[in-house]
Amino acid sequence: MARFTPHTDEDIREMLEAIGADTLDGLFADVSPKFEGELDLPPALSEYEALSDVNRLAAKNVAGLPIFLGAGTYDRITPSSIGPIISRGEFLTSYTPYQPEISQGTLQAIFEFQSVISELTGLEISNASVYDGASAVAEAALMTARQTKRDPKVAVSAGLNPHYREVIETYRVEVVELSQHNGTTDFSEVPEDVCGVFVQSPNYFGIVEDVEAASEAAHAVGALAVAVCDPISLAVLEAPGNLGVDVAVGEAQPLGMPILFGGPYAGYMATRPEFVRQLPGRICGETVDEDGKLAYVLTLRAREQDIRRAKANSNICTNQALTALSATVYSALMGPEGLREVAELSISKAHYLAERLQEAGFRLRYPEAPFLWEFAVEMSDVGQTNEALLENGIVGGLDLGDGAMLVAVTEKRTKRELNAFVEVVANA
Amino acid sequence: MLNNLIRDRGREGRRGYTLPRFDVERVSLEKVLPKKSLRKEKPRLAEVDEPTVIRHYTNLSRENWGIDTNFYPLGSCTMKHNPRANEAAAAVPGFAGLHPLQPEAQTQGALQVMYEAQDFLSEVSGFPAVSLQPMAGAQGELTSILMVKKYFEDAGDEKRTTVLVPSTAHGTNPATATMAGFGSKEIGLDEHGCVDVEELRAMVDETTAALMITNPNTCGVYEHNIPEIADILHEAGAFLYMDGANMNAILGRMRPAEAGVDVMHFNLHKTFSTPHGGGGPGCGAIACSEALAAFRPDPVVEKDGETYHLARPEKSIGRVAGFHGNFGVVLKAWNYIKMHGPELRDVTDMAVLNANYIRARLRGTYRIPYDELCKHEVVVQPPKGKKALDVAKGLIDHGFHPPTIYFPLVVKEAMLIEPTETESKETLDDFIGAMLELAESSSEELQEAPINAPTRRLDEARAARQLKARW
Repeated sequence: MARFTPHTDEDIREMLEAIGADTLDGLFADVSPKFEGELDLPPALSEYEALSDVNRLAAKNVAGLPIFLGAGTYDRITPSSIGPIISRGEFLTSYTPYQPEISQGTLQAIFEFQSVISELTGLEISNASVYDGASAVAEAALMTARQTKRDPKVAVSAGLNPHYREVIETYRVEVVELSQHNGTTDFSEVPEDVCGVFVQSPNYFGIVEDVEAASEAAHAVGALAVAVCDPISLAVLEAPGNLGVDVAVGEAQPLGMPILFGGPYAGYMATRPEFVRQLPGRICGETVDEDGKLAYVLTLRAREQDIRRAKANSNICTNQALTALSATVYSALMGPEGLREVAELSISKAHYLAERLQEAGFRLRYPEAPFLWEFAVEMSDVGQTNEALLENGIVGGLDLGDGAMLVAVTEKRTKRELNAFVEVVANA
Repeated sequence: MLNNLIRDRGREGRRGYTLPRFDVERVSLEKVLPKKSLRKEKPRLAEVDEPTVIRHYTNLSRENWGIDTNFYPLGSCTMKHNPRANEAAAAVPGFAGLHPLQPEAQTQGALQVMYEAQDFLSEVSGFPAVSLQPMAGAQGELTSILMVKKYFEDAGDEKRTTVLVPSTAHGTNPATATMAGFGSKEIGLDEHGCVDVEELRAMVDETTAALMITNPNTCGVYEHNIPEIADILHEAGAFLYMDGANMNAILGRMRPAEAGVDVMHFNLHKTFSTPHGGGGPGCGAIACSEALAAFRPDPVVEKDGETYHLARPEKSIGRVAGFHGNFGVVLKAWNYIKMHGPELRDVTDMAVLNANYIRARLRGTYRIPYDELCKHEVVVQPPKGKKALDVAKGLIDHGFHPPTIYFPLVVKEAMLIEPTETESKETLDDFIGAMLELAESSSEELQEAPINAPTRRLDEARAARQLKARW
């Protein structure tokens, strides 16, 4: 008998009798074709045995070393208070808050998440989150097509994360890539028939782009401007809402989520009030109950699949409530000053590393471009360098495949680790 | 006041977390970044201490019900007990601290988990190929239908413009068809609440790309004609997609591939009990036939000797996730399946037993539109004159999370009850007792409910009319 099922033989007998069935098999009389065999799965393990296997496989991974990889997900500090809060059974084991009277915890947490995203992006309306940064970007592409009533075709900056670009294309949106000079995008030649212009800042190479130029270029052709932003960067960079941007999206992972081999994370989406009806996903709004007590509820539901079916904005149902809660708790713990400090620590350490590397004779791929905590540095053999780094207990940066390594530095990296990195790389 | 927002609990200058000191020179932002790119006003985030953060969110959680606190028979959502071993697995540092772009030689343990999870889902469904990339059921649907789209594009068959959807379908099905660039047509039901085979036969033609079927359907009834349905579609060159939201009803009892299904999605957060988390994260892994395997999203995990590696299927639709999908959710489902093995069939047997027991005990008081063997869930209607909404709110006062209401759309005043296998007979009896008692309550009394919840009924219209979605 399966281990999380409470029934005794006596329970089963009594229940079958109430149903009027003779056997459990009888409950499947309507099933055809039947599967008569036994599933060919490894024999059931006890919890202890299963977790031993987890630990055995975890040991086959290289984890726990200083990491210089970024490219969309970052090895940042996750405060210890987040885990116990998101492990509370009332949050962990609840469903989408369809019954608001008994879901105020989830609903208020979503409201707070939306508020944090609105504050960071400078845009009035945020949704309750989507699957991840890539799907947020793709949903934004579809949103710009709906809003402008144009064919789904977007112009993207050359610095857009290539995985994001690929997901846009998977979602059946045509992509035009804009050219770049010295790591920053040239927005002077945006095609006139696009529905959206996408700028990522900091971009895939860590460089701060001219978001305002992207907005102006988008509006000049009647398209919407979409900014893709790392939320930590918004502690120090101007809010995209103040730079003419219509939709801001991105990956919320840096806000307190472990890198966990790529997910689960949470994507965020924010926009101006005039575009709210084209925003996909859940939105939580404030209201009152029958006694006039302040409360929260999912709202503007007429945009969604369970009501509009084939005419819905998207097929998306769930948000990423639990990981979005991580982001909300993280931002509460950090506050505006803490968030700024995370950004400044990362920027300071990244610039320290870039300088030491240049002193050691390495050349930055884009030496004139302003960057935050990620940069591309030229190397003759990135693969070999990364092997040398690993031998010295360091996970190196991303091999860009064209003679450069993309290096990310977070607040976790110590000066000692940075110096060790330079020493190994210089001698590789 | 409990409803204070976290920001209202703070005061300028308070901090909830201490970061490491600067061990390198603090860079002046003005020196390294263009002045116009710098933020002028700081975001108005909460400025609070750690004790306040913990108390605030702990108190918020207490306004929520979960499986841990209450019976939660929400139809189509499979709210079963969430074993904490799954959470322990995902918290192991060797996984939590693994970067998705590390070279494959450094991630063999994670890739092995993904490979084995693919294998397990393959065995349970009978399909040769699996993708773990979709991050939710709705994205699994979209992935499946995009694969069908790409298949026809690859075959140069431009006539396939339509996806058929039964009237009982989840709203995600027609919305998915639209997103994938298809039109959708609704198909009616027979007297068992199943797809009307004759109507299907009349509708299917050379423009049909696929039928999206949920089996068992959203009335909890097994689609007994599924092999015939598959034949009708295949004869017309179309595909049968199965929404696997209800897999908890058939594990080890039926394998979709053997019924002629071509592609399906799983909800790992439902069937394999990775928690729902208040609405996500989930995983909408898909499984498919040989014909569609080459179109799966990038990447899949393959094994070469004793080494695991990521690969892009030959005619892949492309990526659907930023990295490798929701790996943490896959890890939990893998762990759940390892703790059950072939006994997964008992999970289904007990889930179906519980649903039929509720059906038998409510019969006579509640109307049961399809009163035949149900699978893991049963749809009922309140006695005449009573509203599903009122009974649902009344259940809250009895300490039970309401079932799904007003779905499926084809049943008026529908209450879709899915008890799952992890509930005891005593819990079911208590729930049934409450349902029977509510059937006797006056409508006036019920309209007052809930009175024992954190809030009374909400003014939902006001939320939309005077949209306030932030502090």
